[in-house]
Amino acid sequence: MSREHVLHKVRTALGRSAGQPVEEPPPVRLNVPEAGMEARISVFFERIEALAGKTHRARSLEDARAYAESVIAGRRALASNAAVLRESGITSLAGIESGVTDGAQLRGLAASVACGITGADYALADTGTLVMLASPQEARLISLLPPVHIAVVEHQRLLTGLDELLSILPHPAEQTSSMVLITGPSRTADIEQILVRGVHGPGEIHVVVV
Amino acid sequence: MPARVSLFVTCIVDQLFPKVGIAVADVLERLGFLVDFPENQTCCGQPAFNSGYREEARQVARHFLDVFGDADYIVVPSGSCTSMIAHHFEDIFEKELDSLARARLLAPKVYEFSRFLIEIAGVDDVGARLDEVVTYHDSCHALRELKIKDAPRRLLGNVRGLELREMDAAEECCGFGGTFSVKFAEVSGGMARTKIDSILRTGASTVVSLDSSCLMQIQGALSRAGLPIRTLHLAEVLASR
Amino acid sequence: MADPKLQFAIFAATGRLMEKRRKAVNAEVCPDYQEMRTQANAVKRHTIEHLDHYLELFERNVEAHGGKVVFCKDAPEVADFVLGLAKERRASLIVKSKSMTTEEIDLNERLEHHQLEAVETDLGEYLIQLAHERPYHIVAPALHKTKEQVADLLTERLGVPRETVIEKQTMIARAVLREKFLAADIGISGANFLVADSGAVVLVENEGNARLTTSAPKIHIAIAGIVKMIPRAQDLGVFLKLLGRSATGQPLTVYTSFLSGPRRGEEIDGPDEFYVVLLDNGRTKVLADREKRESLYCIRCGACLNHCPVYRKIGGHSFPWVYSGPIGAILTPQFLGVNHEPGLPFASSLCGACAEVCPVKIDIPKILLDLRSEVKKAEIREGTNRLERLAFMAWAWVMRHPRLYEMAGMAAASLSPSGDGGGWVRSVPLGIKVPPVDAWLSQRDLPSAPAKSFRQLWRERR
Repeated sequence: MSREHVLHKVRTALGRSAGQPVEEPPPVRLNVPEAGMEARISVFFERIEALAGKTHRARSLEDARAYAESVIAGRRALASNAAVLRESGITSLAGIESGVTDGAQLRGLAASVACGITGADYALADTGTLVMLASPQEARLISLLPPVHIAVVEHQRLLTGLDELLSILPHPAEQTSSMVLITGPSRTADIEQILVRGVHGPGEIHVVVV
Repeated sequence: MPARVSLFVTCIVDQLFPKVGIAVADVLERLGFLVDFPENQTCCGQPAFNSGYREEARQVARHFLDVFGDADYIVVPSGSCTSMIAHHFEDIFEKELDSLARARLLAPKVYEFSRFLIEIAGVDDVGARLDEVVTYHDSCHALRELKIKDAPRRLLGNVRGLELREMDAAEECCGFGGTFSVKFAEVSGGMARTKIDSILRTGASTVVSLDSSCLMQIQGALSRAGLPIRTLHLAEVLASR
Repeated sequence: MADPKLQFAIFAATGRLMEKRRKAVNAEVCPDYQEMRTQANAVKRHTIEHLDHYLELFERNVEAHGGKVVFCKDAPEVADFVLGLAKERRASLIVKSKSMTTEEIDLNERLEHHQLEAVETDLGEYLIQLAHERPYHIVAPALHKTKEQVADLLTERLGVPRETVIEKQTMIARAVLREKFLAADIGISGANFLVADSGAVVLVENEGNARLTTSAPKIHIAIAGIVKMIPRAQDLGVFLKLLGRSATGQPLTVYTSFLSGPRRGEEIDGPDEFYVVLLDNGRTKVLADREKRESLYCIRCGACLNHCPVYRKIGGHSFPWVYSGPIGAILTPQFLGVNHEPGLPFASSLCGACAEVCPVKIDIPKILLDLRSEVKKAEIREGTNRLERLAFMAWAWVMRHPRLYEMAGMAAASLSPSGDGGGWVRSVPLGIKVPPVDAWLSQRDLPSAPAKSFRQLWRERR
């Protein structure tokens, strides 16, 4: 609406002219530490547990399925289209909806099931974070609407931290319209600074590393 | 070791807490310095500067430059006045280049008292004695503008008979802030009382700082509250025998 | 300061936030904290100094990903845009996630009279919207509300049976808001950062309401000040770490969303339309002031509020505008003019705690001093401070004349109640009552003048 007006004011304030070139910004600062897989998993789980998330180290895909089954405990659940969920047999568990590609259908299901099950594109060890990129495999609302979120993370996707993520993925916008970093269950302390979990997003999260 | 040190006592010490100035002179003379007190000194200009009256601050600052122009070292028993001279004269003389040049020549020679002892005199033990339980208040300018934190504590640590206890709110502002203390008296008073609560938790009988303005605020509040705790300037502690 | 319970609440809450921050930035846990601050300041400086370039780059990238950028010079333009779009799309329900920028422009009020319901979804903001109040603190908007007050509010406005258990109150709000999220036509968010090289909006939160606001409705509008810009996605490594740690001591908040447009290709859900409103509303005025331009580096973490001994005593509602605390004290005069609240730059002891914790190293005390000088210059021009000015002129004159200074000192000492520097007085005789002296005495005792000044003692000593 006021594009020229605002840009003109900016330029005038700075004493710059349209199209004037720009010096180089300060170089990006990213520190990617060295850390072996076992160390990463250990820190990853520590961080998640410190935030009251639950963790499980699955020795095999079957083990991952068994864990998921125990968490779901017969309730209705919605699984994303992540390959690992199919490969581990999670999508074949009773009571699980999966393979949904229609947005309206997905929303209706996500709003009514007890558990949302997803994979994860990456995970960040030093903060206990899941990285979810919206795609045909991963809808946004599955990790958001249901009160319980189960994420199955393939260990090779576990990075040391945010700096490593940004090093290997400098332009997330080229991959997806939405990249979300999830660090623990939803929480608020807005009333008298008392902590309450699960205010809008899931209040219970389970992270399975396989 | 340099022989001559010029003392800028600050207007508040000169008029309200003269013993602090005497204490500084005593300590420096015992260490072998020749202490000189340029009689024409008055103020660094901070009250006007903080109140937004830069022109008036400039006038007073110019007078300071005239009085102390040929000093080798200038020792100041105050963090806020030292900071005014060493940092804020830059702001005051921004557009007055000849004064700015003089201020820049002067700035490296100006030392808050504890920093002078540690860095120039090279001592952290001045042979003092004081049998008291003491807590130390970090005055804001000293702490944040001059980055003085360890020097006074080291000096206090070597005073015979003195037990130093840290208060949890040592780094929090006492609420003086110059005219803030009267323009926003209620908030200022509240801040002083918070400081006093922290002092009480240490069980100390004496509060020490390197700024008389802070001590005036804190002592004023202690006195109003009827508490028997006293305040001493760092210089007074170091001059005690 | 009149309400002791509220006073205690602010003091305690800010104290906790200070402690959380301290634990997250200490040398063991975050050894490069100071370096990150230096980097963040440098990146912000660069971005602000070349803002036009980055605004255009941002716009190109948003459009490349199917979104649209709308530049608005002021609050009415933003409202016009939102209303226009809502009308075109026949929208009736809007959900909003927390945004100080939308408070700044009174967006909700502007939308109110147009058959549009705009619901705040951050729990604290929702509660204060129900209460028709302003947020109390950048990060904790309902800091001032007790659970009893919340219970009253929920019963009064929603008609639910009275509930004082905090967890249950939260679940009541959750249920009400969930319906709104799923029925809303438009989701309006702010933006913590705008990323130029990606055309992306970054949102940080702990509740999940921003994710829902920006994923459930078909239209997402992000409204942000033009100065929220950072050059590259990779700069988030530094900015996200600083923001979380400085605000609440969290290395990362629960959710960080990096949104760069409507859903694309085969993505299953997400908005069909994506707009980023870039707001000026006075920022270009501040931008033009080279000395004070750094005020615009602010990333809205709230650390300065939490550490300010004045804010901790008086809280957010004592400030005249939406931005409170030290950052509010420097932005308000610059946006609204020094005459709007001329006392504001003086409501500080200049302790510097704010500058010490600011993640982008804004020198707040220096800017306060600059503003004080501007206030006085304005008052001199308007002739409203004649007496005070005269007093300072006289003071300066005395200070330039050492003999006069000495005489003035002796005169004041002779008027002072007796004591040899050992006596502290609670009151002074009526004859010498002066407002500053009264103000001092209202809170603490005054030292009585010593019998001899330093220079007198010095002369005797020689």
